[in-house]
Formats: sequence, C-alpha cells, structure tokens
Amino acid sequence: MSAETGETEIGGAETVASETVGDAPKSGLLELRDLMVVFDGFKAINGVNLTVGEGELRFLIGPNGAGKTTLIDVITGLTKPTSGTVTFAGTSLIGRKEHQIVRMGIGRTFQTSVVFEELSVLENIDLAATFRSPLVRLLRRRRGVSDEVAAALETIGLQDLADRPAGILSHGQRQWLEIGMLIAQGPKLLLLDEPVAGMSKDERERTGELLTEIARDHTVIVIEHDMEFLRRYASTVTVLHEGTVLVEGDVAAVQADPRVQEVYLGRKKEDAA
Amino acid sequence: MSALTRGKALLTGKYRGYVVFVSVALLLLAVAPAALDPFRLSLLAKYLCLAIAALGIGLAWGQGGMMTLGQGVFFGLGGYAMGMHLKLTEAGDNGLPDFMTWSGVEELPAIWEPFRNPVFALAMVVVLPVVVATALGVLVFRQRVRGAYFAILSQALAAAFVIWLVGNQGLTGGTNGLTNFYDIFGMYPEEDSTKTTFYFIVVIAVGVLYLVARHIVRSRFGRLLVAIRDGEDRVRFLGYNPATVKTIVFATSAAMAGIAGALYVPVVGIISPALLGVVPSIELLVAVAIGGRFSLAGALLGGVLMNWARTTFSESMPDGWIYIQGGLFILVILVAPKGIAGLAGQIGDLVARRRALRTAPAPAPEPGVKEEVPV
Repeated sequence: MSAETGETEIGGAETVASETVGDAPKSGLLELRDLMVVFDGFKAINGVNLTVGEGELRFLIGPNGAGKTTLIDVITGLTKPTSGTVTFAGTSLIGRKEHQIVRMGIGRTFQTSVVFEELSVLENIDLAATFRSPLVRLLRRRRGVSDEVAAALETIGLQDLADRPAGILSHGQRQWLEIGMLIAQGPKLLLLDEPVAGMSKDERERTGELLTEIARDHTVIVIEHDMEFLRRYASTVTVLHEGTVLVEGDVAAVQADPRVQEVYLGRKKEDAA
Repeated sequence: MSALTRGKALLTGKYRGYVVFVSVALLLLAVAPAALDPFRLSLLAKYLCLAIAALGIGLAWGQGGMMTLGQGVFFGLGGYAMGMHLKLTEAGDNGLPDFMTWSGVEELPAIWEPFRNPVFALAMVVVLPVVVATALGVLVFRQRVRGAYFAILSQALAAAFVIWLVGNQGLTGGTNGLTNFYDIFGMYPEEDSTKTTFYFIVVIAVGVLYLVARHIVRSRFGRLLVAIRDGEDRVRFLGYNPATVKTIVFATSAAMAGIAGALYVPVVGIISPALLGVVPSIELLVAVAIGGRFSLAGALLGGVLMNWARTTFSESMPDGWIYIQGGLFILVILVAPKGIAGLAGQIGDLVARRRALRTAPAPAPEPGVKEEVPV
C-alpha cells in the first residue's frame, strides 16, 4: 500500500510565514479563493488562493501534510470545505457530488491507483469513456472499440494487454491505466495525485512523456514528491506548506527561494546528495 | 475434423454455454415431463419458482454486491397480488373471499377491488416489487448505506412485512395467508393438466428471465455493476452515480422475486407469511451462495438443488435438514467461496488444460497471451 517514495519528514521544519502570491484577481479555468478545510480543529487547508489557467501544467508540491491531496479532494467533491470558494470555468463546485463534478469535466487519479481488477484493461477504459451516454444505452453489448478508447489505449501503450484482466497489471501499468481512463473521460482538467510514486526509473520516464503528451491539449495539475521528476517536467510550481500557499512561480525561481529550501527542497537536496 | 473432436470442441470451446443451455432446456421441456409424474413435476416447478427469486439475488448480490436478506418481501408482493386476484375470481362479482367472511369482514376492502381485473393484478406482480425496491434503493443507496448495513435493513423490511401481514388478518388472511384456490384462470389446481401447464409456464419464465439477466451482465451496464461492486467510490470518479445503477438492479431483482412469487401461488396453492419472512429470505441467499453467486447459472442451480434437498431430506429426517443446510453453507464459505458453479468452472478449466497439453505435440504458443487487439 505504502508505495510512496521521496518521503519528506516535516518534523522540525520551521514554520514559515506564508505569503499569498498572485492576489491580483486574474481569472483562470480553476479558481480557489480563501479556501479553508478544518478536520476536528486541525486546519488542513488554511486560506489557500490558487488560480490555474486554461492549458496550464501546474505542479503542486510540499512536504507531507501540507494539504496537497486535501486540495484535490475538495476540488473533486470528496471533501467539503469549511469555507471559501472553488469555481471551475465560472461555475461553483461547492456542494456538488463527485460524479457531477466529473461530468463538468474534471477527472482525477488516486495515490494508490484503483482499477477494476475483474474487468479487462479495455473494459476499464471503455467504462470511463461511456459515462455521458444514458444508462439505457449501456444495456447494449459493447461491439468493437470506439475511437476514443483505442486512442487512450494507444497513448498509454497497453494495447497488448487490452483483453487481460486489470488485476494482473504491475503497479506502474495500473497508474498508466488510470491515466488512460482519465483521457478517455475527455476532461478539461486533469488532477494527478503522485503519478510516479513507487515507479522504477524507466517507468518514471515513460510517465513523464505521457504527461507531456497529455498536457499538450489538457489543463493538468500534478501533485508530486519526486524532485527530479519535477525539475524535468514542471514549468509552474505551487508550493504548499501547512495548509497555505508558500510560494508560486517557475521551477528555477521556486527552487532558488530560501523559504522553500528551508521547508522542503533544501532538505531534499541534502538527502539526495 | 472428426465428429468426436468436434463434439469435444463443443464442450470445451466458446460454445459450451450454448450447449449447456440447450441441454438443460431439453431436459426440462422434454425429459422431465416424460419421466416425472405430475406430483413430482409440480414439485420441480416449485423449486424452479424459488430459483427465479435466487436468480434475482444472483444479479443483485453476486454481480452488484447488494446482499439482500429481504427478497421474501418482493416474493410476497408478487404472490399476494396473484393470490388476491384468484381469491376474487372465486368469490364472484359481489362475494367476499372465504377468509374475510371467517374474520367477520363484511365489505371488500378498497385495496382489493382493482385486483379483480386480471391485467391489473398481473401488472402489480411486477409493479409493486419494483416500486418498493426503488423507494428503498433511493433512500438507502443515495445515503451510501451498503454492505452489512444494507443487509440488516433489508432483513428488517422482511420482518416488518411479515408482522404487518399477520396483524391484518381481515385484509391479508393473517398467518394462514391466501390458500384454498380452486379456480386458477379457469383451471382446477388438483388436475394433472393444470400442473403440467404451470410447469411449462414456469420453465419458460426461468429461461426468459435467465436470458434477460445474462444480457444485463454481459452489457456495459453489467460491467459497470461489477465495477460498482468492487469499487463503488472509484466509480463516482468515472462520472457515474452508483446509487442509480444499484437502484435499477435492485428493482430488477425485486421484479424477478415478484414474478417468482406470482408463479409459486398457482403451482403450490398457497402464499403465506411463513414463506417470505426472515428465515426463507436467508435460506434463499444461502442457496445462491452454495450454487455460486458470481454465476447466474449457479444461482439458479442453487435455488433448485437446495429446495429439492430440503424437501427430500425433510421427508426422511425432518430435524436434520437445518444442520445439513448450515453445514453446507459453512463448507462453501471455507472451501469454495464461488460455490458449485466456481468448482465446476475450475474443473472444466483443468480438464481443458490437460487435454491441450496432451494433444499439443510441441509447446505451442499459449493462446490469449499475444492476442492482437483490433484497434
């Protein structure tokens, strides 16, 4: 289960005064304003403002417990925010159910990939692609493979395993299958929660290529722990720390920021060295 | 290809399902009526009625993961809808059903009146279970109640239904239920021709409903159902509302139980609370588990076998059956979680693999590994 790599210890990390970057109201595809999520008195998200523009590839980083996954949970309807607003293409997402948010065009993957093991790889993607058709239409037998399913299968490179049950896939292949299901959904915004966690070097490379390809025609937010992966594929990075946005900017600027180094990157660099 | 190898291919290849279906159909439609006397044939019809209800459980529980311990309610709704109509035809235009007279009821309750119409009564056989199951599904599945909590809730429904039936003697016939039918759509129940006729109606109903269930399972909708069974929370992120899908399937399984109950009445001649309470509902679920809940054929087989075994063993040792039933249930859970159907599948695969090894002269490439995908 614990397939995470790049675990970063937060114990001892000094609290750094957060600075909200980008408070000038620019409009984006996804906008979070003054978001707060409190679990039993613990402030998991403490006043986050975030704007992600159309077509952007945004990386979300931060030590464990910084609130990255909670943020994605709020956007996708899994967690209800205590206060604040979340708007997608001008429409509020607050109070909508998970499947309704998917139907608006937001798709996500999970840290521990969940695929349907008894269904074949093809059937997994096919189900992801057909949610827009009415349930009655689903009562027909599937004949052949639709174009979008075939395209998704080709993008993730699992054509040879299309008819095998998803239960036999390796960890990396499962993550790709999840990404393939996401592409087949045809979303406007993709949220990937640690897509390369637990992957081998080759698998990371392959996933990076996949990511670059997807980002060409989608807006993507990626949560990632892996620094090397970040340096190679990220352009804009948002650093979360203790439920607030610490800093936001391009990779080089973020890496150079002393506060980031203190809470996160610095430690990581020393560890890696 | 010789006739023999062709025969083997039929038994092991992709036509195995068709071969089994046609064989069972022949067995039930030609062999059984010739071999069994009308009394035994009528017993088989009774088992097949219960197997229809088991098929519904196979769909809801085996495919959809909804462990329903209250199918007796829907069986009962179908059975009472049928029973009420039969009682009213016997009573004539202005008469009262016999049990009402005994209970001192002087006027026909308003709820009974429309059941005089055979079309209305037959429609209610399906409509009532579907309405109740849909209402329950909307309330329960939307609140994300599932697993053991759903099972307990459905069981409570069965218990409440029986208490209500028993408590309203004048309306429902109380503990005795509805019985003593002597005019079933113009036929007399004790006559051999009536028994044979209803036997064939039941067999055809089993066949049709099996094909309907099989179609559902093999469609995309069926794939979605399995996905919900294995990861309901994940399915939401595919853009589907699991509550809707589960409600539809639960209502379908309720409709099957209703049809089963309606057929049971003319075949056995009674519908009463003892047939649809908590214990009969659980027994039906146990039968499905033993037959194999992941297979529709397994559910049907379990329904027939367990009810046949109950009748047979109860004749020789009335007290022993319940222990045998419990023992079998435990054995299945421990040894063969996929039931008889699962065991049969495993044996079939083993035989096929052995045969493939023996007939293949050289290690041929294993089929299915390097399949080209039509993209």
